[in-house]
Amino acid sequence: MDAFIHISSSLFLLIGSFLCLSGGIGILRFPDFYTRMHAVGVTETLATAMILIGLILYNPDFLVDVKLVIILLMTLFISPTAGHALANAAMLNDKMQKDDNKQNSEVKSSTS
Amino acid sequence: MLIAATLAILVVMIMAIMRVFIGPTLYDRVLAVNMFGTKTVLLISLLGFVMGRPEFLDIAIVYSLINFISVIGVLRYSDHFIFKQSGQSKK
Amino acid sequence: MKDLLAVAMLLSIYGLLSASFFVAMDAVDVAFTEASVGAGISTLLMLVAISMTGRAEHPSRHKPLLALAVVIVTGSLLIYGTLDMPYFGSAEAPIHQHIAPRYINDSMQEIGVPNIVTSVLASYRAFDTFGEVVVIFTAGMGVLALLSVVRRSPVDIAKIVLFNDAMHERHLILRIVTKIMIPFILLFAFYVQFHGDFGPGGGFQAGVIFASAIFVYTMLFGMNTARRVINQSFIQVLAAIGVLLYGCVGVVSLFNGKKFFDYSALAIDPVAGQHLGILFIELGVGLTVASVMVIIFFNFAGRNETPRNSDKQDL
Repeated sequence: MDAFIHISSSLFLLIGSFLCLSGGIGILRFPDFYTRMHAVGVTETLATAMILIGLILYNPDFLVDVKLVIILLMTLFISPTAGHALANAAMLNDKMQKDDNKQNSEVKSSTS
Repeated sequence: MLIAATLAILVVMIMAIMRVFIGPTLYDRVLAVNMFGTKTVLLISLLGFVMGRPEFLDIAIVYSLINFISVIGVLRYSDHFIFKQSGQSKK
Repeated sequence: MKDLLAVAMLLSIYGLLSASFFVAMDAVDVAFTEASVGAGISTLLMLVAISMTGRAEHPSRHKPLLALAVVIVTGSLLIYGTLDMPYFGSAEAPIHQHIAPRYINDSMQEIGVPNIVTSVLASYRAFDTFGEVVVIFTAGMGVLALLSVVRRSPVDIAKIVLFNDAMHERHLILRIVTKIMIPFILLFAFYVQFHGDFGPGGGFQAGVIFASAIFVYTMLFGMNTARRVINQSFIQVLAAIGVLLYGCVGVVSLFNGKKFFDYSALAIDPVAGQHLGILFIELGVGLTVASVMVIIFFNFAGRNETPRNSDKQDL
């Protein structure tokens, strides 16, 4: 039983680190903001959850486990929300810039 | 295994810092900072186990809160600039 | 790098990094403070300041070469100075010889608090900490004197409702999640405040966390709503009460025939007296820090928001 828990904790940690690394490569290599958003947003929650679950399995102390669960819940709450807000703000900004460009070109065409 | 995960997270943090430096738009930077913060939370909780001092988890909780707050703050105040800039460019 | 927002972002990363260093060096309380103050609040205040002044750096008129030379010379002198210092972690270093052994050996019997940092901060060095609290209080008063917003017209309730609806449409998800989170943030602040004797934490960190919950509320629900929730004059009184509470603990121990800030006079059993004193002092610190942070933020952001309310609504 002990060996089983140990191995599964290692497995979770391994998957978590792999997901982390793939997210890191994604944020560096992807071409524009929205694809980077995708890379980070998809990997971040799962990687965090995997690593924290690995730690929970690794550790027998009850109080520490409760704290880890609190961190896990908070991350599951917070990072999708932050991602949503970020994507929303970026989209609004893009839209506004497009409108601006359109207006500017209209003004230019009407004056010329 | 703990140490391997810590190293992986350190590598990812370096990648995030690179993105903050090169990131062409503000939102890339915010994204990278957010990712960096989450990874710091993980790093601290892993370090707590590597060093055998699980009370580090309190700091990890503070981090996840602070991270959220600063991302909201950045987005909220970057709105101001966009309004300001679009207002100026219209004139 | 000319974009000041990017610089603020890098500052936040620097805060996170240096806190990781502190964690790696086993300085848990310092890491806690750095996490809440360096990465969170100072970035926010920086952002508010930038949003008032403008995003791009001014082109500098003078050449930076002289400044660079001065910095390099000073830095190399400092590095030269470190050559004489004892090696990192060596047992002969004066800091490990002078007073630290006494704290480590005796604080458990004298103070009875498991976290030595708290006992040094709040009891052995209580006078220094009092100075820090007064400095924070003075900073709050300075911000009030310089920036306090004089509201000429009374707030129009209909305007607030309009603004609220516009915000509600744009930030619906953020608002709901924040509403769920805020009670837990406040609860966690209280945990940090009263758990400071046993683990990392204390008044400074708790105050900052408490204030940051209020900041989030203000950012998402608008300045005017937050003003209606948090009474400004009450907050100002609270900041003063914190400092007064701290000072009064010292005066009470003075009247009981002990030295200033010698808490063993507070109860019959000296260790219980120390506990009581540390509790009161941390409470005073927390009150002052939280309310001063709220005062600073409200005055900074309030200046920003008042003239621009009108053009926000038509968006």
